[in-house]
Amino acid sequence: MQYKSQAVAKPYFIAAIGLFVGQILFGLILGAQYVLGDFLFPAIPFNVARMVHTNLLIVWLLFGFMGGAYFMIPEEAETELFSPKLALLMFWIFLVAGAATIVGYLAVPYATLAELTGNDLLETMGREFLEQPLPTKIGIVVVALVFLFNITMTVLKGKKTAIATVLLIGLWGLAVFFLFSFYNPVNVVLDKFFWWWTVHLWVEGVWELILGSFLAFVLIKTTGVDREVIEKWLYVIVTLTLITGLIGMGHHYFWIGTPEYWQWWGSIFSALEPIPFFAMTVFAFNMVNRRRREHPNRAAVLWALGVGVMAFLGAGVWGFLHTLAPVNYYTHGSQITAAHGHMSFYGAYAMLVMMMISYAMPILNGKAANSNKSQVVEMWAFWLMTIAMVFITLFLTAAGILQVWLQRVSDSPLPFMVVQEKIAIFYWAREISGVFFLIGLILYITSFFIGGDKKETA
Amino acid sequence: MSGTFTKSMARNIFYGGTVFFFLLLLALSFDTLQQLPKRDMRQNITPQIAEGKKIWETRNCIGCHTLMGEGAYFAPELGNVIVRYGDEGVKAFIQGRPKDGIPGRRSMPQFNFTDEQLDAIVAFLKHVNSINDANWPPNDQG
Repeated sequence: MQYKSQAVAKPYFIAAIGLFVGQILFGLILGAQYVLGDFLFPAIPFNVARMVHTNLLIVWLLFGFMGGAYFMIPEEAETELFSPKLALLMFWIFLVAGAATIVGYLAVPYATLAELTGNDLLETMGREFLEQPLPTKIGIVVVALVFLFNITMTVLKGKKTAIATVLLIGLWGLAVFFLFSFYNPVNVVLDKFFWWWTVHLWVEGVWELILGSFLAFVLIKTTGVDREVIEKWLYVIVTLTLITGLIGMGHHYFWIGTPEYWQWWGSIFSALEPIPFFAMTVFAFNMVNRRRREHPNRAAVLWALGVGVMAFLGAGVWGFLHTLAPVNYYTHGSQITAAHGHMSFYGAYAMLVMMMISYAMPILNGKAANSNKSQVVEMWAFWLMTIAMVFITLFLTAAGILQVWLQRVSDSPLPFMVVQEKIAIFYWAREISGVFFLIGLILYITSFFIGGDKKETA
Repeated sequence: MSGTFTKSMARNIFYGGTVFFFLLLLALSFDTLQQLPKRDMRQNITPQIAEGKKIWETRNCIGCHTLMGEGAYFAPELGNVIVRYGDEGVKAFIQGRPKDGIPGRRSMPQFNFTDEQLDAIVAFLKHVNSINDANWPPNDQG
């Protein structure tokens, strides 16, 4: 570890992995409820489990982003963190707030939670992914601002590299666009229109800057390729991201009451959104091929390559599949959407955080890389989780195609629930894939506890 | 990436491109806001519809259903449910959910709504159904 203060990243990474486990367990509950409709009903209805599943995802990714930033920024800025104490304080606040929110979802009916947490003062709850009670939303803003203050001050007193700058733009964008979650007009079209300013501009906008920046950082460290080359690539990638992704938001404005010209803007620009992901894949493979050193942490390099490929497949290819308006007219809000959601979040963001953890954790533990034995287990976990996710996506895609056909395209469209029963076999297959994902995740966690032969300790 | 294309050129394109396309997004959004009153039926929004939206949100309906295609995909689309079931049908369905669910099947929870609340929910769903959403969904099944 080059800088003492980087150590604050460690609790963030541990919390991220812990919450990730929770996310997957609730994912399995949801998958079971798809085929065994009364599973855990009425104790944990589907909507509650889904809130826990998606909110845990958001929170663990945010923990990963913050931990990654705390680890990376001191090395980039070549100075100690502005305030490690503040970083630790925010860690505990965020963890307690996050845990309290999840307990709230599970312990009381949502309407009661809304009443208890002041939703009447400012109605923000009950919208997909933004279900958090008002105090939690305010907490997210406070934690984000203090975190941003901390790393911005660090960069200001140190070196300002392109990688750090792109990360800062991404993270500030994350905080700014979250503010739209407080705007919930009674006009449902306006509500939906600006809801996307948080959701789309996060995952298809500023989060991709965080993605590019982390990837560039790990590639510099593991390949030893010249910073000038890597940072030039980074700028090109994030340029492509924003010139396609900003107007690409139009692909959410096809059928929610917004003017029909969005069908053109949205289709054309979002059809180009795979390009930055493709560039990322080419970038990662190119840099690894041109490497000037053999980094002992081969697992981290595998994750870096994996992020490129899986983000391209999940966000790029699976996004393109249903992004053109004439196609989306039939696929909108079907299992196709779910398929895309799963592989893109795993490929672009879950793998990104695991890449960062894979690179940083051994260093935080005082060695360049984990033992060979531990890395082998980690790489097994990589393949198990990734292949399981590919199967989850394929089964949901198959379910989606059949659903769209039976419910929306065929000459005698069938009711939603009738169709759901006809495609249940794919939900079973998805659930089984989910179990394999969990096994992969358990293996991943196991790899942290596999010690090494002493000669590899640096 | 030839030698003539430098990092500072890439950086300038990044800033220039981002600013340009963000301004374009703002311009399109501004135009959308001008046009929305013709499509979103805001003139019809009553306190009852507002109450219905609040009930929709505080029961987390979006956690299972979709509304104009957005939400979860576990339960049917509700943007046009009024077309499928009619006002009374929707109310009867919501009221009739068994407290402990239906063995082996998906079931909506029993929310114990008052008649006023049910009226508000129906008013909200009717309002959503009246929005001009480019003729989505493709048919009444949602």
